[in-house]
Amino acid sequence: MTAVQSPFAIGCGDFRVNYTQDMAIYKNVRVRRRVIFLVILFFLFPILAPEYYVSLATMAGIASIGAIGLNILTGFTGQISLGVGAFLGVGGYASALLTTRLGIPFWFALPLSGIFTAGIGALFGIPSLRLKGLYLAMATLAAQVIIYFLFNHWDALTGGTGGLVVQRPSLAGFSLDSEMSYYYLMLVILILTALFTLNLFRSRVGRALVAVRDRDLAAEVMGIDLFKYKIIAFAVSSFFIGVSGSLMGHYTLVITPENYGTQISIEYLAMILIGGLGSVMGSIYGAAFITLLPVVLRELMTAVREVFPNLESIFIGIKEIIFGGIIIIFLIYESEGLAKMWRNLKDYIKLWPFSY
Amino acid sequence: MLQVIRNSLYFGGVAALSDVSFSVERGEIFALIGPNGAGKTSMLNCISGLYHLSAGRIVFDGKDITRLPAYKRAELGIARAFQNIELFKHMTVLENLMLGRHVRMKSGVLAGGIYWGKAQKEEVEHRYAVEEIIDFLEIEHVRNMPVGTLAYGLQKRVEVGRALALEPKLLLLDEPMAGMNSEEKEDMARFILDIHEERETTIVLIEHDMGVVMELSQHVAVLDFGMLIGFGTPEEIQANPKVIQAYLGEESLLEVQG
Ligand SMILES: Nc1ncnc2c1ncn2[C@@H]1O[C@H](COP(=O)(O)OP(=O)(O)OP(=O)(O)O)[C@@H](O)[C@H]1O
Ligand SMILES: [Mg+2]
Repeated sequence: MTAVQSPFAIGCGDFRVNYTQDMAIYKNVRVRRRVIFLVILFFLFPILAPEYYVSLATMAGIASIGAIGLNILTGFTGQISLGVGAFLGVGGYASALLTTRLGIPFWFALPLSGIFTAGIGALFGIPSLRLKGLYLAMATLAAQVIIYFLFNHWDALTGGTGGLVVQRPSLAGFSLDSEMSYYYLMLVILILTALFTLNLFRSRVGRALVAVRDRDLAAEVMGIDLFKYKIIAFAVSSFFIGVSGSLMGHYTLVITPENYGTQISIEYLAMILIGGLGSVMGSIYGAAFITLLPVVLRELMTAVREVFPNLESIFIGIKEIIFGGIIIIFLIYESEGLAKMWRNLKDYIKLWPFSY
Repeated sequence: MLQVIRNSLYFGGVAALSDVSFSVERGEIFALIGPNGAGKTSMLNCISGLYHLSAGRIVFDGKDITRLPAYKRAELGIARAFQNIELFKHMTVLENLMLGRHVRMKSGVLAGGIYWGKAQKEEVEHRYAVEEIIDFLEIEHVRNMPVGTLAYGLQKRVEVGRALALEPKLLLLDEPMAGMNSEEKEDMARFILDIHEERETTIVLIEHDMGVVMELSQHVAVLDFGMLIGFGTPEEIQANPKVIQAYLGEESLLEVQG
């Protein structure tokens, strides 16, 4: 159970005068300042950091957009999905086809591929009215498998296993070829995604979605059409996953089926489990963690190569084991993920040295 | 206001309700009583749409609602507090009550996600209505607490508040005073009377405490083994031999068990 906050523990200068202020995303002035500081840091990052790190951050950021999307469905609305990989692909292929076949500019193709993915997501969300938990997981896995099969075999449209090649977008005649420019594109869209989601969950529709997760019978008696809101959750979630897929496609420049398999779906579930279900910031932490984990592991392997020369050859296996192990540890010990751990750490620091 | 017409409800071979008819008049407090397992909660579930009747009809405000899903009945103005608390535990009191206003609000996904403008205006507007209920139920001090952390009596109160937030025409209360101490019971009785008078809400109340029932209600229906065995004013019910027998039967049963 959540700890009861002592009424005396509220920080100084923390009084809110009207309801508008009371409903702000970050009510506490200090917290708001910290968030602004963080955002500024993100904007300065590519200027300060080497290109390699910028590209890692871009990958993590694009994954964050998809992870927020999945969290809307699974974390906030309680509907598990194993179809993220396929939906990323739907976004990627849609965007590729729109830009290359129809010659639609990226700037329109990006939201359009999100909308298209939302439609496909809503369609595959229909079973959620009848199915829960493991059964819903199976149904979404079926969606994953079907769509993945189409990616591989509908050659005329998807180019089969060879995939499709796309181009970097350009803005006012200036192509976003550099790491830095694409990082900024990612950052703006990530911020918009995070803001949209935070806003959604402090207003009517978001509350209804959380109610569906917590107690669907009571939700229905309060006037919430379960079917409608589950479909809304699938659609909104898939929209962001589609946008993420499109962004990733135009970043890596190739769209091939192997990027959209079941293992990707599991990686995204791991992101939100590790980051924290029902947390926007947690989705970002989790996505960064899962994106960077293999990189860090590889660096470690390289570092200890002198001492254990054949470690690298079994690296692939080790990676999967560590990956699985971390997920299990999080599931057992910290079900609210990194976001919660971060909060605990902050509380600890705030109270130090008087923590007990 | 509400007509329950020849309602039957079966679970497999068990008849939770058999051929029950009664009507609730606009603006009254109507009590539904009966021994444990008599079918009272099942009756409320049928009215609020969680169970669907095996036979019979339910008419609300002149409209046949027998086939309507639960959420549409909420839109028509039927609200409900549960016997076993069914609050959204992780949400705060405030959020629970705001959720109660769902059918009175309009903003959709886009407006909500963009927030500034339409949705914010709506949130603030409805916040006033919710704060009024919070004041009314005297739960200001726990406004921002997650409901799961509150004492049982307070949770019961929040649940009534959430139902009230819907601005119902018909309020269904399933044992709102169960498990409370006498002081809390008195508070709750006062709230129910105030809701009835100030908000002119029609109330159907399930309650085991006869004193409370006799004091609050204008009409009483008595269920036993799914059958309606008595209907009338509290005085009539007290004098009804079938009702007396049903309750005496239960008491003698308790004696045997004890
Ligand atoms: N979902 C269900 N499935 C099967 N049987 C049910 C179901 N709901 C209720 N019943 C049965 O219907 C009968 C009436 O139950 P109900 O809960 O309506 O009684 P009640 O009058 O509310 O009792 P109490 O005073 O204990 O709350 C009981 O025999 C119960 O077992
Ligand atoms: Mg009951």
